[in-house]
Amino acid sequence: MSWFNARRRRPVAGYAALLLGLVVVGLVYGAFTRPGGTAQASSPAPSQSDINTGKDLFDATCSSCHGLDAQGTTQAPSLVGAGAAAVDFQMSTGRMPAKEVGAQEDQKPVTFSAQQIYEIADYVASLGGGPAIPDAQQVSTAGANTALGEELFSANCAQCHGFAGAGGALTYGKFAPPLTGATPTQVYEAMLTGPEAMPVFSDGAVSPSAKRDIIAYIEDTKVEPNPGGFSLGRTGPVTEGLVIFLGGMGFLVIIALWITAKRRDPRPTGTE
Amino acid sequence: MSDMDETEGSEGPVAPRRVIGTPPPTPRLLGSTAVAEGGDGGEVSDETSRGEHIGDETTVYTVPEQRAKRVEKIIAGCFTFAFIAGCGFIAAYVGLEVGPNRLGRGDSAVDAALRSNLALGLSLAITLLALGLGALLWVRYLMPDVEVVEERHELRSEPKDRQAFEEYFKEGASNSQFVKRPLVRRTLMLGTLPLLAAPVLLLRDLGPLPGTSLRHTVWSPGRRLLVDGTNQPLTPADFSVPGTQIAIVPEGYEDDADALTKAAVTLIKFRPGELDVPTTMNGSTLVGTMNWTVDNIVAYSRICTHVGCPVGLYEQTTHHLLCPCHQSTFDAAHGANVIFGPAARALPQLPLTTDAQGYLVAKSDFTQPVGPSFWERG
Amino acid sequence: MSDNFDVPAPLEGVGGWLDDRFHGARGFRVLMRKVFPDHWSFLLGEIALWSFVILLLTGTFLSLFFVPSMNDVVYNGSYVKLDGIRMSEAYQSTLNISFDVRGGLLMRQIHHWAADLFMAALIIHMLRVFFTGAYRKPREINWLIGVGLFTLGLLEGLFGYSLPDDQLSGAGLRIFEGVLQGIPIVGTYLAFFLFGGGFPGNDIVPRMYILHVLLIPGLLLGLITAHLFIMFHQKHTQMPGKGNTEKNVVGQPFFPYFLAKGGAWFFFIFAALVLLATFAEINPIWLYGPYTPVAISSSSQPDFYMGILEGSLRMMPAWEINGFGHTLSLSVLIPGLGPLGLIFGGAAIWPFFEQWATGDRSFHNINDRPRNAPMRTGIGVAAVVFYGVCWAEGANDVIAYNLHIPLYTITWIARVLVFVGPAAAFFITKRICLALQRQDKETLLHGYESGIIRQMPNGEFIEVHRPVNEEARAVLEAKTVPALMPAPGSEDENGVPAPSSRGALGKVRARANRAFAETIVVETNGHGNGHEVGNGHGSAVEAGHGGSAVEAGHGGDQASVGSPTAGQLPAGESPGDSSGS
Repeated sequence: MSWFNARRRRPVAGYAALLLGLVVVGLVYGAFTRPGGTAQASSPAPSQSDINTGKDLFDATCSSCHGLDAQGTTQAPSLVGAGAAAVDFQMSTGRMPAKEVGAQEDQKPVTFSAQQIYEIADYVASLGGGPAIPDAQQVSTAGANTALGEELFSANCAQCHGFAGAGGALTYGKFAPPLTGATPTQVYEAMLTGPEAMPVFSDGAVSPSAKRDIIAYIEDTKVEPNPGGFSLGRTGPVTEGLVIFLGGMGFLVIIALWITAKRRDPRPTGTE
Repeated sequence: MSDMDETEGSEGPVAPRRVIGTPPPTPRLLGSTAVAEGGDGGEVSDETSRGEHIGDETTVYTVPEQRAKRVEKIIAGCFTFAFIAGCGFIAAYVGLEVGPNRLGRGDSAVDAALRSNLALGLSLAITLLALGLGALLWVRYLMPDVEVVEERHELRSEPKDRQAFEEYFKEGASNSQFVKRPLVRRTLMLGTLPLLAAPVLLLRDLGPLPGTSLRHTVWSPGRRLLVDGTNQPLTPADFSVPGTQIAIVPEGYEDDADALTKAAVTLIKFRPGELDVPTTMNGSTLVGTMNWTVDNIVAYSRICTHVGCPVGLYEQTTHHLLCPCHQSTFDAAHGANVIFGPAARALPQLPLTTDAQGYLVAKSDFTQPVGPSFWERG
Repeated sequence: MSDNFDVPAPLEGVGGWLDDRFHGARGFRVLMRKVFPDHWSFLLGEIALWSFVILLLTGTFLSLFFVPSMNDVVYNGSYVKLDGIRMSEAYQSTLNISFDVRGGLLMRQIHHWAADLFMAALIIHMLRVFFTGAYRKPREINWLIGVGLFTLGLLEGLFGYSLPDDQLSGAGLRIFEGVLQGIPIVGTYLAFFLFGGGFPGNDIVPRMYILHVLLIPGLLLGLITAHLFIMFHQKHTQMPGKGNTEKNVVGQPFFPYFLAKGGAWFFFIFAALVLLATFAEINPIWLYGPYTPVAISSSSQPDFYMGILEGSLRMMPAWEINGFGHTLSLSVLIPGLGPLGLIFGGAAIWPFFEQWATGDRSFHNINDRPRNAPMRTGIGVAAVVFYGVCWAEGANDVIAYNLHIPLYTITWIARVLVFVGPAAAFFITKRICLALQRQDKETLLHGYESGIIRQMPNGEFIEVHRPVNEEARAVLEAKTVPALMPAPGSEDENGVPAPSSRGALGKVRARANRAFAETIVVETNGHGNGHEVGNGHGSAVEAGHGGSAVEAGHGGDQASVGSPTAGQLPAGESPGDSSGS
């Protein structure tokens, strides 16, 4: 009997077969899909095949809420005129496809590859135009003016996102997310398209160069170390107050207890 | 009956010693009324000025020499460690530069500040901790355990002292004839009265009188709206995407904080049909309110009517303007009326029009005072 | 008992030189021997004291580099992210201190943390004094000085963190100006005089500077000195315990024991502040940016001690009255003046109110255990809850963001809780105090459970109770029952109503008196298990007038049960009045 046949009836053979099957399916699946990832700064020029692929993907994933022609339904708005940038932002941050309707869409792990997102974006853009995905040069921070970025950020962004982009509360359970996890492209796209409650900062109001300055300010603030120690969240005096009571006073009360504790001397009476 | 201080000889099985509250007191001799001996045989009083006696120091326990030597070594170790850390502090100060002179110019100033802060702070903290620890160990484990009882006497003076005081006061007062001569007394008070007004008077020039300055801002007919920061003017075409919002400053006052405190403006673009500005506000009829907007672009004062923070937070979907200071919320689609929070009045609206070049300009100043309420506002 | 050594000649020489001029020997000796009682909670005020000293030291350093000017400059310094921005000289000098001066950032952070610690320690110290009743006669003036210190400290901190003219503190100043402006009749004048015109003007930073470095520290220093001197002169209170009576102070002498402990404490406090300044970033003004009236950040709060004001401003619903050409902005006035006024005003009149309500005019040098004064403790906890709700509401957007609670919901909860919370807290606390008193009474009369189980001859199992030791007994017994004043409407044999209960105010007083007098009395009729407890010692009425047997050379290690006469009052002395003797 061959080596293989001699071991076919062993209990372990079942597990080996299962394992083999899983590995095969995994390899086949991997061969036919690409891993998800964040959007890259430059998108390839749209071709008709991209638009067709995008339409297929759209029909399969997005049309249940946004309608087969992206005209919108009671559950989701029309995407005609929303533009490629909006699609790229929503999908590359994982907000879309939406899983449940709440105060606002939460970020989730991204399930589409960058290429797929571009294809859907191209399709949506083909329906009615709209802002385009920025290219690498538009979001590069080289030579940007962070001073102007600071002024614009303070005047228009900090009231929702916080002075250092740590995030903040809005009304009715909405919130402005922290900016620490966003790529420059996503920041640009968000300013351009005004996702959900965020207002639009169109190129007429905040020019592309000004947008680069804002992005440079955000990036610099993100990577900047905290010279004073741990940052306590970069949300201001609330955490500082917590630290002084719990940390400072707590530590000192323990020391005070030690200083004034009764001495437990070895001999209870007299002297040596 | 058994007493918890007994360590043996209790009637039943020996119970584990459980102590409630403070540990059992070590027996001590208290309140000795013996007076401390003076050096030359005379009595030196251990009394405070009120005759309160401070008892002898009763030494409850002296640390045996062997143990003391061990403790001494530990304390000496602490102090020596403090010395080393202190030297480290000096070395950190001398060695780690910050600012333009920082070592490794490739680092940012922030990195240099972080390094320096960490080194200086850590060495200083260790020095102080070691000194504190050494002092604490010294008093707790090296010095003998003593107890003293000090008397507390009445704080109230003896009646005879009070009597004497009262008598002398009366005598002195009558000698001064303060009571007897009302003319002197009253003219003294009269004479000093104007001086009391001096501090108030001298503070008059601290600032100008408010006058009507709180009722006006620098906005005037034809003054352009500029984007804060870039200082660029806007045409309606620049501001055409619905849902756009931006912070605005008046032309000519871009960096003038005093003007901006009242003149900062929020500009919002609405979709057609979304904007609904009432034609009456606060009971007074306003004619042609809709002429205050251009192409569904509306300008509201950015200064909250509660206590004056900038109302910057705009939610595109709900059209809410939220002030982050105390959460006053205004509905931008309905004349910025208050829908939640402590603000009591809507945000004033700036009348808009366009100039000859097509840029957005103010039609006039605000028609009501901007910002927090004040008594004379009316 | 002491080592024999010769005082070094230089020390002796200096000592002699001074004594020749100041007659100091006797007084200084008494001073060195002065007794300080030992309890951890007595060290809390010293945290504030040493923090103040550290504030003076670090503040002096900062004042050598800070420029208190609001003139505009264009930044061109080490912090390149802000290169080219217009800012005030004050802000620029603060950036300089942080990034261009060695140790500057450390000093700034120590200074700010010390300010926070000063206020935190003040609050905790004040609460300790309140809950132990240490503000009672003769210490009412010291309590008032303390309230004054609290108010001044608040202002000092407000001006201090507003000096750098950054975005966060500038917004706070704008709020301050808006509240001022809303005061009826004089508001706009006050605001214009303080700021030298409209907000922000050019004068506020230099003016705050001189208030912050000269005037208020001077006042603080004077008041702190008075506070310490009065405490020294009247001697510190002490906790109830064996041997601690109203007429003595038991502890350790100043030299060298208390001096050493005080020194160690100073080093630990300083070390704690330096550790915070090294590892916990505070007030990163470079991230806030320079102040401009156009910008604001989410999560804008003042330093924690201003939180009560911030929270009450957020909590208040809109309310404004317009008429006769004038505007009364109650949305601003009620929260601006109400909670702080309630806390400070209430604190200030509390000792006098309590005296009026209890009729207790005796001296108190022994602290109360909080459970033995249920009314006071209940009202204190209610005040703490009120303060806490306002304080928490001040952080409502931070709470909303981090705990995912809708913003308005938190405000609504606060609006309800600010009334319901203190009432519920008062009720619950008072009940807990009375329950603890009952537990104490049980322990006093029946001893504590020793954990020994014994079987009786009839088969029943009992747990053996042991009487508490002397130290614990002294603590449990140290309890005064407030005297009841005549009830409202009561009359003496001639039909004359009692003076204290006449009129509407008298009725209020009588009711307050009843509430204050509610306590659990420990009977002393010798009942209980043959332990002979309470033989003149268990009486709550008598305790605090000399406690257990400690006078005159008592042996001390005998059970206090066996001495029937010690601790009993001489005939004719009434409870609640130990000022005579």
